[in-house]
Amino acid sequence: MENIIETEKAKWEIVVGLEIHCQIISKSKIFSGASTEFGDDPNVNVSFVDAGMPGMLPTLNKECVRQAVKTGLGLNAKINTYSEFSRKNYFYADMPTGYQITQFKYPIVGEGEVVIDLADGKSKKIGIERMHIEQDAGKSIHDLSPNKTYIDLNRAGVGLMEIVTKPDFRSPEEAGAFLRKLRSILRYLGTCDGNMDEGSMRCDVNVSVRPYGSDELRTRCEMKNVNSVKFVMQAIENEAKRQIEVYENNGNVIQETRQFDPSTGQTKVMRKKEFAHDYRYFPEPDLPALVLSEQYIEEIRRDLVELPDAKKQRFINTMGLTPYDAMVICENKDVADFFEKASHNHDAKKVANWMMSDFFAMLNKKKLSIDESPVSAENLGNLVELISKDVISGKIAKEVFEIMAETGDNPEKIVEEKGLKQVTDTKAIEDIIDRVIADNPDNVEAYKKGKTNLLGWFVGQTIKLSQGKANPSIVNQLIRKKLDN
Amino acid sequence: MSDITKLTIHETLAALKNKDFSASELTRAYLSNMEKSKHLNAYITECGEYALEQAQESDDNYLHGNNRKLEGIPLGIKDLFCTKNIRTTAASHILDNFIPPYESTVTSNLLNDGAIFLGKLNLDEFAMGGSNETSYFGPVINPWSKNVELVPGGSSGGSAAAVAAHLCAGATGTDTGGSIRQPAAFCGCTGIKPTYGRCSRYGIVAFASSLDQAGPIAQDVRDCAILLQSMAGFDNKDSTSCDIAVPDYEKFIGKDISGLKIGIPKEYRSEDLNEDVNKYWQMSVELLQKRGAVIKEVSLPHTKYALPTYYVLAPAEASSNLARYDGIRYGYRGEGEHLDNLYINTRTTGFGKEVKRRIMIGTYVLSAGYYDAYYLKAQKMRRLIYNDFMDAFKDCDLILTPTSPITAFPIGDAHMLSNPINMYLNDIYTVSVNLAGLPALSLPIGLAQNGLPLGMQLIGKPFAEGTIFQAASALEEDAHFERI
Repeated sequence: MENIIETEKAKWEIVVGLEIHCQIISKSKIFSGASTEFGDDPNVNVSFVDAGMPGMLPTLNKECVRQAVKTGLGLNAKINTYSEFSRKNYFYADMPTGYQITQFKYPIVGEGEVVIDLADGKSKKIGIERMHIEQDAGKSIHDLSPNKTYIDLNRAGVGLMEIVTKPDFRSPEEAGAFLRKLRSILRYLGTCDGNMDEGSMRCDVNVSVRPYGSDELRTRCEMKNVNSVKFVMQAIENEAKRQIEVYENNGNVIQETRQFDPSTGQTKVMRKKEFAHDYRYFPEPDLPALVLSEQYIEEIRRDLVELPDAKKQRFINTMGLTPYDAMVICENKDVADFFEKASHNHDAKKVANWMMSDFFAMLNKKKLSIDESPVSAENLGNLVELISKDVISGKIAKEVFEIMAETGDNPEKIVEEKGLKQVTDTKAIEDIIDRVIADNPDNVEAYKKGKTNLLGWFVGQTIKLSQGKANPSIVNQLIRKKLDN
Repeated sequence: MSDITKLTIHETLAALKNKDFSASELTRAYLSNMEKSKHLNAYITECGEYALEQAQESDDNYLHGNNRKLEGIPLGIKDLFCTKNIRTTAASHILDNFIPPYESTVTSNLLNDGAIFLGKLNLDEFAMGGSNETSYFGPVINPWSKNVELVPGGSSGGSAAAVAAHLCAGATGTDTGGSIRQPAAFCGCTGIKPTYGRCSRYGIVAFASSLDQAGPIAQDVRDCAILLQSMAGFDNKDSTSCDIAVPDYEKFIGKDISGLKIGIPKEYRSEDLNEDVNKYWQMSVELLQKRGAVIKEVSLPHTKYALPTYYVLAPAEASSNLARYDGIRYGYRGEGEHLDNLYINTRTTGFGKEVKRRIMIGTYVLSAGYYDAYYLKAQKMRRLIYNDFMDAFKDCDLILTPTSPITAFPIGDAHMLSNPINMYLNDIYTVSVNLAGLPALSLPIGLAQNGLPLGMQLIGKPFAEGTIFQAASALEEDAHFERI
């Protein structure tokens, strides 16, 4: 897709790279045994290591390493068998040791790529520069008291994966599609819950612009901790406009850290480059280098779940879904699993259609997640089966679905109890048709004189009188026979 | 029995087993010595009551035959080891009210073996110093002092002074650049810095993580072997500790040394070597030779860079390790309207001059634009120094050097205080060992013409502490050094 921002003066192109911090799903913190539980009372999940007590030493949590390797494989990235931890030194009240243990020169995951699906049906490869693991800081709470800051160290030491992309995004939409795709991959893998509003996935956005057609990389500005996909897209849009305006007024964009304000959608200066920290990175002497065997990596690769792209392809190839339907269904693993269960031995395309329409609409209306759905996957499959076997019509099926959504009952039972079974008995249908013909001599006359498009009207009337139970194709057949004779 | 506090640990253990005296009597005798020697300023915190409780337990254990390896042995603990419910200061104002809710692995190992803790021993602030003069709690006086008050060396100055003056049966120390060996030499004690990774660093206030190691200071080689046996071992709370079984060190004591190859590094034989030091070094060579050891000349070509390398790397790590002392969660807190003022006032007042100097050096060498020239270069040099030793060890089993180029000097010595480099130069024989992560022991070899003790250093291959004990016990027997 061409993404050009055209002003009165020139054509511009956006260049964006993302850095995403993802909290690792693990029972305990990355360098201590304390719990990672979210939402507990302040400072209850804090070990002596997390609090930076004298003489305390970090020990690496193997589960976090495993999760990072899984994630790396999910990003189609190179897993580095040798990686190192470093200290990033800076003072802040919620950083108890005065340094963050992170990876600097030798990250655990190297280059990779993620395919994003775009609105025009096309897809695009986004390069991953690297991913490293590190510890999170605690939280400073400034708004509980007018003159005090409170510190909560529950989050201090929780494992993070920092994913750095290449500057491959050319529009806000691409960045949005990437974040959704990344979230989907992480949730499939079970390595991060991807909840941006809870801060378990946080995004730093690097934006620059350049004249369209050029391949230079101009000065970029970084916006830290933008906490929703929508805000990331907004931030890119508005920051790019701001930079273009600067250039078009013969100014220069200055490298700086800017803050995105969700209430205005605008960005403002947070920290100029000359006030940037000197983090004095150096190798963490308390932790030996992290060396992984090829066998260890292969074992994780072997046990990897089917990822959204592979699943999508399978749904297209073997289940006959359209690429769009497959993409929507595969974005969320629970949805994809539901779909697979529902379409087992049933018409997969029909199941997909039902899910994309009535089923999602119902969940939305009831504000339920898929695992809370009153309609089970088996029951949705059975409903589709009833339609396929002409037991009920599509129209009746909608009615049955409404009842299923209220009661959770299976469709056979509903159809049976309510007597909704389609009438396929030709004698009964013929009786109704005869009544329709007898009651509407004018239309019969008109039809016979050539107004054959009235056929639909006769079919409709007949089905209506059957209270929807008459099988439409049988009705159609019989009416033709009677009228054409 | 004349003075039970003058016995070595192995003698004391035999006497306790023999019920010659009780652990309580012994502990009271040490507490009485401590009371009489307060002027030495060896202890920062005494815990007599706690010691007597432990002694009672030890007596019960002896009574019931449940006595453990170090049952009833009263020890002094360098105040860099966190001890549960006992104040731990690192000799710094910034921690002078800090009471850890946890026990270091090394002290925990000693407690589990039945040792008794008499108190916390003085040291240079955060172990940064070679004379014990940087302590917030004042200098320690070397028990060998006659007319002039002398330093005990550092940083484990309190440990060495307390052992020499019989204020404890043995002591723990830590050694980052010579902090066990140099004070042991200055005070006529024996001390060993084991291989990096031999003792857990968990619960020891960190100075320079890649160099720090715990070890014992005691009256003789056998006592060091006994104490190290208890202190050492793998600990999953310290990722740099090594999962290698601890051999029975005492078995190496008195073992024949004939055929053992002793390396003498030619680079250490400088022209301006102190006459006494040179004499005793030569004497040690001859004593070892008499017992059948083979003397080999070896080369450590990069040794001249050891000191600058050390004084880049150690401060770099220290500058980061000491960042946690910020007045937020524990320890001393200075006043401050804003976070920055609070940090500045806490750390300006809380840290002493030498500590601040090293934090500044460390911060500088890690700074953008200087990292490659200093830190990175020093790391490369560290590797070359390690390679030197490994090459030398192809030709020998142990390396023999003096521990320190000088004997103990007066407290407040104008020359030492005029320039920090003068003080740092005392570490010339010891720092390279830490950079290479090797084990090394210092034992007293004799008195210099000024009547003060001199030490000899035996450096071993990684995890060859046993071989060091073997040679050191032979040298000790022949040197006939007389303790106070």
